[in-house]
Amino acid sequence: MDKAKTIVNVGISDLNVVKAPNVIRTSGLGSCVGVVIYDLYEKVAGLAHIMLPDSKFSRQANFNPYKYADTAIPILIEKLYSLGARANLLQAKLAGGSQMFQFSDSDVMRIGPRNVEAVKYILKEERIPIISKDVGGNRGRTIEFDPRTGLLMVRSVNQEPFYI
Amino acid sequence: MKSYEFSSEQLDVLREIGNIGAGNAATSMSELINKRVHMDVPSVNIVTFDEMTEIVGGPEQLIVAMYFRIHGETPASVYFILTIEEAESLVKHMIPDQSIDLLNEQPNEMVISALKEVGNIMTGSYLTALSDFMNVNLQSSIPYLNIDMAGALLTAGLIELLHISDYVIVIDTEIKQDQTNNGLKGHFFLLPDLDSFPKIFQALGIHSNG
Repeated sequence: MDKAKTIVNVGISDLNVVKAPNVIRTSGLGSCVGVVIYDLYEKVAGLAHIMLPDSKFSRQANFNPYKYADTAIPILIEKLYSLGARANLLQAKLAGGSQMFQFSDSDVMRIGPRNVEAVKYILKEERIPIISKDVGGNRGRTIEFDPRTGLLMVRSVNQEPFYI
Repeated sequence: MKSYEFSSEQLDVLREIGNIGAGNAATSMSELINKRVHMDVPSVNIVTFDEMTEIVGGPEQLIVAMYFRIHGETPASVYFILTIEEAESLVKHMIPDQSIDLLNEQPNEMVISALKEVGNIMTGSYLTALSDFMNVNLQSSIPYLNIDMAGALLTAGLIELLHISDYVIVIDTEIKQDQTNNGLKGHFFLLPDLDSFPKIFQALGIHSNG
């Protein structure tokens, strides 16, 4: 029954989409946020490994749009459409946004929580509801999403994997 | 910012910086653990973040990482990276009575201070050699320590850089207890800020626009 499923790996500042039975994963999220957007009826899902909240602060002429929440999420949605997803059925799950080192003050170092805020904001603008999330803290996460079940597996060091 | 292309002369200089810094750090380490410490010839890697995590075993590899922010004339970031086993053996050497299981337990204050102390000594002696060699002022922050996945830890200190570049320039030195792959092994990453490179080359009398 289980057809050969492929695990599609998404790197840092990258994104991709899959259709069931394939699953999609990203490893070692720290302050980065893994955003999964999916259509449970079409059984398609996309995942973006976002590093930074806002492309306005880029100091590059040709920045990688997959790096920023505000530019990556719209691209991810477009890719889902081209895989058959329907706009009003899209849902989202997120994980990540940790603070891996306890830096004292500066805003720059609160990047994890700021990434989470930015992702929430963009998803709200896109009218995509967040079904569940596992964000914050000071641990790294590897996540894997199965578009067939709509479950997001979250794995951290020294913890049993769990599903959200 | 354009892609970074260093001339072979500039690459030599960066490797030399790694050599001088790590040489001094290895000496301090030898004194600390009372054993010979060997260091490899540093490599200068211009890599993506994914590729940087591959240097230490991939994004999910469990590592002990200490991060230092370097202030002064040529600002930089430093990562001192150990595997779990290496970190445990170092701590055992420093505090022999201490039972330690970094994999399964939250380390206590003693263990954390011991590790930070090693990091301070290593980074301090690396920087001292560097600032003497280049005749610039460098000060290190306190050490920031965490034990987790390489992907999560290696990006955490480089947020500023991320706005400027999709690549990082890592001067990587492997530190070993002996020539074989047994015993202590660590990585020392020096990541100068992009704006620091012209200053480094200038300080060492090399033209930066190559």
